[in-house]
Amino acid sequence: MASPRIIVVGGGLAGLSAVIKIAEAGGKVDLFSIVPVKRSHSVCAQGGINAAKNLKGEGDTTWKHFDDTIYGGDFLANQTPVKLMCEAAPAIIDLLDRMGVTFNRTPEGLLDFRRFGGTLYNRTAFAGATTGQQLLYALDEQVRRHESEGKVKKYEGWEFLSTVIDSKGIARGITALDLRTMELRSFPADAVILATGGIGAIFGKSTNSVVCTGSAQSAVYQQGVTYANGECIQVHPTCIPGEDKLRLMSESARGEGGRVWVPRAAGDKRPVKSIPETERFYFLEEWYPKYGNLVPRDIATRAIHKVVYEEGLGIDGQPMVYLDLSHIDRATLDRKLGGILDIYEKFVGDDPHNVPMKIFPGMHYTMGGLWVDFNQMTNIPGIFAIGECDYQYHGANRLGANSLLSCIYAGFISGPNAISYAQSLPAQEGDGGHAAELTRQAGINTSLLNSKGTENPFKLWRELGDVMTKHATVIRYNKGLQQADEKIVELLSRYRNVNLSDKSQWANTSFAFARQLKNMLELSRVVVQGARLRDESRGAHYKPDFPERDDERFLKTTKASYTGDVTGPRFEYEEVDTQFIKPRPRRYDAAS
Amino acid sequence: MANKTVSFEIKRQASPDAPAVWESFEIEWRPGMNVISAMMEIAGNPVTADGHCTTPITYDSNCLEEICGSCAMRINGKARMACSSLVDNLEQPIRVEPLSKFPLVRDLQVDRSVLFENLKAVKAWIPIDGTYDLGAGPRVLPQEQEASYPLSNCISCTCCMEVCPQFNEDTNFVGAATIAQVKLFNSHPTGRVLKEERLRALAGDGGIQECGFAQNCVEVCPKSIPLTNTISDVSRDVLIQKAKDFLRN
Repeated sequence: MASPRIIVVGGGLAGLSAVIKIAEAGGKVDLFSIVPVKRSHSVCAQGGINAAKNLKGEGDTTWKHFDDTIYGGDFLANQTPVKLMCEAAPAIIDLLDRMGVTFNRTPEGLLDFRRFGGTLYNRTAFAGATTGQQLLYALDEQVRRHESEGKVKKYEGWEFLSTVIDSKGIARGITALDLRTMELRSFPADAVILATGGIGAIFGKSTNSVVCTGSAQSAVYQQGVTYANGECIQVHPTCIPGEDKLRLMSESARGEGGRVWVPRAAGDKRPVKSIPETERFYFLEEWYPKYGNLVPRDIATRAIHKVVYEEGLGIDGQPMVYLDLSHIDRATLDRKLGGILDIYEKFVGDDPHNVPMKIFPGMHYTMGGLWVDFNQMTNIPGIFAIGECDYQYHGANRLGANSLLSCIYAGFISGPNAISYAQSLPAQEGDGGHAAELTRQAGINTSLLNSKGTENPFKLWRELGDVMTKHATVIRYNKGLQQADEKIVELLSRYRNVNLSDKSQWANTSFAFARQLKNMLELSRVVVQGARLRDESRGAHYKPDFPERDDERFLKTTKASYTGDVTGPRFEYEEVDTQFIKPRPRRYDAAS
Repeated sequence: MANKTVSFEIKRQASPDAPAVWESFEIEWRPGMNVISAMMEIAGNPVTADGHCTTPITYDSNCLEEICGSCAMRINGKARMACSSLVDNLEQPIRVEPLSKFPLVRDLQVDRSVLFENLKAVKAWIPIDGTYDLGAGPRVLPQEQEASYPLSNCISCTCCMEVCPQFNEDTNFVGAATIAQVKLFNSHPTGRVLKEERLRALAGDGGIQECGFAQNCVEVCPKSIPLTNTISDVSRDVLIQKAKDFLRN
């Protein structure tokens, strides 16, 4: 048969990895991205990528990487795909190295590795503190090479709107919007791979990029794709709060020896450098002597919350703690953390070589995502999901430097899987549902443009972000989650009264945003209702009213399906694959 | 007491053919605010300083931490990233306009795809045999990595092209960013296999000889890439390549 035609949506690390594998196998790829793919959110990843290469003589193994990842995720991840990913990691690093990634080196010219959270091994390869940027560029360059050879066609500046599903429930393509001309079109495909990243925008401010709205995931969820573990949201302990976003301060700062502390005396007014060592409270080191500053992110985030909100020790009474690198020599900092220190200085004005940084936790990563099988295919035949938008590899908490790995690994396996799926796909009947889906999308566009209400979509979005951040991040109570859900229902009803101040048909960003907003609202309900139902604490999901993990009831994957009903999603639960490592208590404060 | 405000003048243009107009905005000041957060504020309340309803501003942005390269624009006459342009460091009214050397799309949004085309023309990639497992990559000494790393930090913002007097339709000059990528790939142990092709691509129309050493590029680069040194190095390599090719023919 003719070579399969695959659509990849999203040009971050996961999407580009899939594109490369498909092009290499002789398939034809159409690559859709809101932004030029080189500007995708993967570029923001800083600290590194994990692989048990064991180049430091520590006896690290892929099994230990697997165990750390499962334990770090509090046993919620299915073990088979995680095990395969950890086993594939060393070869992935070699490949990236061959692609020219400017990884830091040892004197012998080998790859250098550093420590990251949730492990005791130096397992993280890195390129300064801009590893995501360097990896994204390496893949972008390979895709550009395939593009110049005619194997890949890029649709940059197009936004995915929906999949086209035929009368038998099989995906036959997508609809997308040209963000410049506002043209709506459908595109045929034998398989569609979604690589559309995280959902930070539903929390208003996060470390995510502007395009990380979750709109694409929500669109297919509303078309029948199951969404899994939506309640598992990572709040990164060390961010720089800002007016427009929360800027990440990489975990690698602690990997290179950075120390988190507050003055022992509340409201200590002395200049920070004059506070003697004995009067500094290195709370992570005291509470978690074995892992110290490198406990996993959920643990560090809750510790910072405790110090600030329960013990009242935030700097100057503010929700801030110090992340201190000023004891490390300048040359080492510049060589290993180049990039992030400049960013801190540019945005805050202080030089972290000299003074401790002021940081606070911020929403960072979406462990949950579209439900996929071990081949990365969702419950709708022909729709695959990879990267942050799937749910597969991180359980209830992701370890630092595992996300770049999971993106590339899932991308690499999804490409060949999509091709073999497409090769046995029966021919479509009629137009495969294209005309009907185009009509549906055109209807949504028309009603949005003609809506004559009073609500500004950007203001609705702010209200959503505030309520999500308040009730569905670090500490969760059922009452608050219930309030959040009621608020979302209110916002959905006010959304019907939205009024676009811009009704033009050329590069209309508020129109595109208003479409995303509807999807954000629907997806937010999956997050808050999933959190409300999970009456336990596991990984990043923490409920003071249910402080323990409850394997009996909740060692299960949450699966949400769209109903269209005002009550929200329908939930069911699936057993977790724990065939390799028996669940054990997760205690970073004690030897394990 | 009235809240402190920040004054903006923003150049608006509804489409490539529409007339350009300036609109003024008064935005409430907040600590640490940048030019992007002011435009987000306008989107939530699109009203000019004199009370006229207008539309949200169209502009490119994504990461908001100066690593994706999207939000380059001219701010108070200087090409720079809007995300890292802190309002407190700028003279008011803050005048914001699109980059001037690229086709305008709308308002502050321009089409910079020429850079990506240029990167294709110079084969800015490592021609690996395939993605199957072929073992470790070539050894690279730390000094070599430290020389390459700054070049691989280029965020494709095109500020260096915007400020270059030679980057215009008359010369077709590729610009500093592309030349820096040629140096990056030519210095890689495997990338070197395409060195001659890359140098020849820079020897023709719009090639490296168009550089007039105005040195604006290196001053404006938000990532402090040593662009002028790089252009000198690549210029020399191009000349040597030309001489070799001449002798060969």
